[in-house]
Amino acid sequence: MIVADRKPFEEIMKMIAPYEKILLLGCNECVTVCAVGGTRETALLASQIRMKHQAEGRAADIGEKTLERQCDPEYASTLAESLNDYDAVLSLACGCGVQFISEKYPDMPVLPAVNTRFMGVTEQAGIWTERCQGCGNCILDRTHGICPVARCAKSIMNGPCGGSHGGICEVNDSLPCAWQLIIDRLKARGELETYNEIEKPRDWSTSRDGGPRKRVREDMAL
Amino acid sequence: MRLSYPASVKIVKVPCTGRVDTIHILEAFESGADGVCLVGCLEGDCHFIAGNIRAGKRVRYAKALLNEAGIGGERLEMYGLSASDGRKFAFVMREITEKIIGLGPNPIKTVNRKS
Repeated sequence: MIVADRKPFEEIMKMIAPYEKILLLGCNECVTVCAVGGTRETALLASQIRMKHQAEGRAADIGEKTLERQCDPEYASTLAESLNDYDAVLSLACGCGVQFISEKYPDMPVLPAVNTRFMGVTEQAGIWTERCQGCGNCILDRTHGICPVARCAKSIMNGPCGGSHGGICEVNDSLPCAWQLIIDRLKARGELETYNEIEKPRDWSTSRDGGPRKRVREDMAL
Repeated sequence: MRLSYPASVKIVKVPCTGRVDTIHILEAFESGADGVCLVGCLEGDCHFIAGNIRAGKRVRYAKALLNEAGIGGERLEMYGLSASDGRKFAFVMREITEKIIGLGPNPIKTVNRKS
C-alpha cells in the first residue's frame, strides 16, 4: 500500500486560507489502511478546521466526502455535481489521488493534506515500513524475498557494505541491514552457497531513472 | 453516601472507554463543551483487557489535535477509577470542573459571543 503522513496542521491552514468553502476529500484505499486519509481521518481534520475557524471568528463551510478511490475515473467522475458548492478541495489521498482529481477538475484548486511517503506494509498496528521502491525489475527471487533496492539505504546489489554493524545499518539505529537479513534467511534455509552468485550491475531505466512510467494493456484499453 | 459533584457535568454512558473514538471527543468540543473527561476502569481492570489503555492513547492523540485547533489539549483529561469508588468520582469531577473554570470557556463560544 501507499503510506502517507498528514501534513502539519499549520501548513494545511495556510494552504486553505484563501478559500471559504472547502471540501475535504478522503480516499477509501491505501490512506484509509495507513490511517491518514479515510472517512475517519477526514472527519477529524474537518472537525479541527471547523473549530480553528470558529475560534478565530471565521465562517466555516467545510464539507466531507470520501471516494472509493481518487485515482480512478469511475469514482473521480462522481464528484462533478458536489464540487459546485466549493471553492477548493483538500484531498487526503496520496499524490496520485490529488493529481488525478486536479486533472479531472482543472478549474478547481485541489490541495494536498498529506505527504506521500512510500510503498510499504503494516508491520504492526500503527507501524508502517517501506518494502518496495517500484524499480520496475523485481529481483526478489534472487534476494530471497528481501528487497535490497528498497530496504538497503544504498540499494546495493551485492552486500552488505562496511556500514553494517551487528545487523544494523549505519544510516540509523532502528534500520536493519537488508543484506544481513538476506544472509540470515539464506543460513536458515541452508542455502548460503547461493550468496556467492554475484549480481551484475542493474539497468535502472525501468526505475525512475527512465522518466515517468506508463503501462498499457491493449486488450483493456477503450 | 449523598456525595455531590458539579451540576455542570453531563454524563455520557459508554460500555467501555475503549468505545470512545477520537472523533467523539472532538465532536463534544465542536458542540461547545468546555472540557471533556474520560472516566475508565483502573489499569489492569478492563473487562475487555485493554479498552482503557487504548482510550488513554486516543486521549493523548486528541489532546494534540485540540492543541493544533487552538482549543487547548488541557481541556481533555482521563481518569482511571473503580466503578464502586463514588467518593473518588465526585472528587475528580470537582477537580476537572475547577480546572476548566480556571481555563475559561471553550474558545469557540467566546468568539461567537464577542461577534
